[in-house]
Amino acid sequence: MVNVQNVTFSYTKRTELLTNLSLKLEAGRIHGLLGKNGEGKSTLLKLISGLDFPKAGSINTLGFDPAKRSPEMLRDIFFLPEELPQLSLSIENYEKVYAPFYPNFSTEQFNAYLKEFDIENKKSMLNKLSHGQKKKVFVAFGLATNTKLLLMDEPTNGLDIPSKGQFRRMVASAIDESRCLIISTHQVHDLDSLIDSITVMEKHEIVFNQPIEEITKKLFFRVADRNEKTEDVIYSEDTLRGLYQVCVNTTGEESKLDIELLFNAILTEKNKIVKLF
Amino acid sequence: MEFKETQAIYLQIGDYVCEQILLGRWNEGDRILSVRELGVDLQVNPNTVMRTFDFLQNNEIIFNKRGVGYFVAEQAKEKILKYRRNQFMDHELPVFFKNISILGMSFDELKVRYDDYIKNNQ
Repeated sequence: MVNVQNVTFSYTKRTELLTNLSLKLEAGRIHGLLGKNGEGKSTLLKLISGLDFPKAGSINTLGFDPAKRSPEMLRDIFFLPEELPQLSLSIENYEKVYAPFYPNFSTEQFNAYLKEFDIENKKSMLNKLSHGQKKKVFVAFGLATNTKLLLMDEPTNGLDIPSKGQFRRMVASAIDESRCLIISTHQVHDLDSLIDSITVMEKHEIVFNQPIEEITKKLFFRVADRNEKTEDVIYSEDTLRGLYQVCVNTTGEESKLDIELLFNAILTEKNKIVKLF
Repeated sequence: MEFKETQAIYLQIGDYVCEQILLGRWNEGDRILSVRELGVDLQVNPNTVMRTFDFLQNNEIIFNKRGVGYFVAEQAKEKILKYRRNQFMDHELPVFFKNISILGMSFDELKVRYDDYIKNNQ
C-alpha cells in the first residue's frame, strides 16, 4: 500500500530531518505513527501523500510515485492535517467543491458522521466553527471520502470527551481490508483500542514497525508488585499502582499492549526490544 | 466498554461475548453481532474482534456460516462454564490462596462467610 525506501529529506541544507528512512505499510490496518515532537512524523505523511518531495530515495503510494501527484493516486488519498485550513465556505459548499475529487465519496456517510458528532447545520461557515468542531467536520469528510489511504495527523486533538468515543466508533465502522489508515498521534490512550500496528520514529528514522499480534507475542505487559523479583524485565516504570513493566514474553500468554509504556520502553531500551523482532 | 489493564483486548471481548451467552441474551443457534457491529459498539478495531471470533470458534463457542454470520454453538454455555472454571482454577485461585495465607485466614472462617453469601444471594 505504502512503500518508503531509503528516503532522505530536509527543509534546510544544514539539518536532515529524515535520513535513509524505510517503511512498509499494509492495507486493512490502522497504523499508529508515534514519535516525539519534531521527529518528522508530519513530514513523513506529507511525503507519502505527495505534498513534499524526498531529496533521495523512493516512495510508492498506492502504486504511484506521489511526487507526480497523479489524479489516479490523489483521488484515493485523504490527508487530514493537524492545522486545518481557514476557509470561508459553509460545510455544504465545502462538500460541493471538494467531494467531486473523490469518486467514492458518500454524502450519506458524511451526513451520518456529522450527525453522530452533533453537527446539525451544514450551512455553518467553516471559519466560524471552533477548532474542535472544524476538526469533526474534516474527520467526517475524510472518512466519507472512502479513499484507500487515509492519513490523519493528530485527529483527536481538540475533540471533546464524548466525541473521542464517537471518533473510535466511526473509524471502527469505516476501516476494511482495502483501506489503510495512518494516524500520527501523541494521544495514545484515545486510540489504543483502534491502532493495530505500531510505527515508532526516532532520530530521523523508523526504529520499530510491528503489528500488535507480533508485539504481544514477544513482549509481556504487566503491573507487578514492588517486591516481586523477576527476570526478563526490559523496562519498568514505578507508579502508585505498582511497577508497570515490559518483559520478554516467555509463556506465550498474551497481555494488553500498553502503547505509552511500549513507546517509552523503545526510547530507552531500543536495542533490547528490536533484537526480539 | 472499559478495558482492564492487563488482559489482551481480544480476550476481554471474548469474555464479553461469553457473558452475553451465559446471561441468556444470546442463545444457542442465535446469530450474534457481526465483526463490524461489535467493533463499532465496543469502539475497537474490527481486526481485534476478528481475533476474538477466531478464538471463540476454535473453542467451539460460536460457529461461522459462510456469508451469513456467526452463531452461538450447541452447548456453548457448558463449554464456557468449563473454560471459565479452568481459568478460575489456574489464574484466580492461586492469587486467592496467596492472599489468605498472607493474611493467616482459615478455611473454617471463610466457610461461614461463604455460607452467609449463598444464603443471602439465593
